[in-house]
Amino acid sequence: MYPASFDYQKADSVDQAIAALAANPDLKLIAGGHSLLPAMKLRLAQPPALLDIWGIQEMKGIQRDGDWFVVGAMTTHAEVLRSDLPLFPEVAGWVGDPMVRNRGTIGGSLAHADPSADYPAAALALGVQFVIRGPDGERTVDADDMFVGMFESAVRSGELLTHIRIPATIQASAYEKFRHPASHYAVVGLAVARHADGTVRAAYTGAAERAHRLPALEAAVNGSQAIPTGLVDAGDLLGDRFASAEYRAHLVDVLAARAIERLG
Amino acid sequence: MNVTLTVNGKSYTRDVEPRTLLVHFLREELLLTGTHVGCDTSQCGACTVHVNGDAVKSCTLLAVQASGMEVTTIEGIGTVADLHALQTGFWEEHGLQCGFCTPGMIMSSAELLRHTPNPTEDQIRHHLEGNLCRCTGYHNIVRAVQHAAGAMQGAGQAADD
Repeated sequence: MYPASFDYQKADSVDQAIAALAANPDLKLIAGGHSLLPAMKLRLAQPPALLDIWGIQEMKGIQRDGDWFVVGAMTTHAEVLRSDLPLFPEVAGWVGDPMVRNRGTIGGSLAHADPSADYPAAALALGVQFVIRGPDGERTVDADDMFVGMFESAVRSGELLTHIRIPATIQASAYEKFRHPASHYAVVGLAVARHADGTVRAAYTGAAERAHRLPALEAAVNGSQAIPTGLVDAGDLLGDRFASAEYRAHLVDVLAARAIERLG
Repeated sequence: MNVTLTVNGKSYTRDVEPRTLLVHFLREELLLTGTHVGCDTSQCGACTVHVNGDAVKSCTLLAVQASGMEVTTIEGIGTVADLHALQTGFWEEHGLQCGFCTPGMIMSSAELLRHTPNPTEDQIRHHLEGNLCRCTGYHNIVRAVQHAAGAMQGAGQAADD
């Protein structure tokens, strides 16, 4: 299958990418291309022009900055899998398959905000920060404000997600997933993390229009209460031909119990 | 748009549309038809090749994205006279029936054996989760990879001696 025709250019630096986006509002960013290209082949997406940001070296790799890891948005899932980051290596192991992980990037996945992607749950549970550059400079967005809607993140037109800041002080974490056997996407994915101050944050993905925190689970665990069932209301979830909203709500309960048990 | 690729050690330059997928570049521009198009939706792994040493699905990569990079296809890992250990393994263990998935299976397994020379059965099955086979039921594919791992380790030991 061939995608529809498009113009193509590469950026070698973040500045170059921002300038190119300012010059042409029709430009669509392509990183590893493992969400965008399949959509383009099916003609679900027909961008008139692509800007390839794969080669931007300043957006690759993982650095330590005090209590934070700073992860370049063009770091591949395979590199994340082999890293010392909290939780993300475990989550990366659930993404696609080895070939997909060699091309897909952490920044591409998070900016794409696929409602069934794995990383958003981990990002919310860990409380990561997103470093976003635009024509007016750099801003930092908290995980709680990053995922706006279905395939909609806080990254605006003309902007570029350059780095993800992940706390290096996480005491324990776990990701539990019920995956679709063919697509490997999350039917439900559930992440939990115990932070430096001892409090636990939790989030789920795959079950609604975007990833969400799980306040009922956090309140129970942080209040040393028994974990209730019915953590989420099926009325707030989405169902499809693979799993009803009611079944997804049940999976949230099951996976939450498993994840919390692993936290110890 | 000009694309220059080093494929199996040889440099090629072709003028192609940006929308040309790497797999079509290999098959239709270079006539390297050992790399197959199976599902064409990034699922089945029949189109797996190595780009700068990493196994990737060439149906989900534009030729222009790979420009300047080194590509290895199934044609580049062995010859009829001197088969790669994985090619011998698939032959000896009957690791294929129709053979459509085999080039991708071999290119994916080659990456596994590079970083895990002596994989367990679980590691082989886990690594090949992105390669679909509709014939074998996978058991003989796992044996083929184990056969190759053994042969490559034996060859390594012989070289060390």
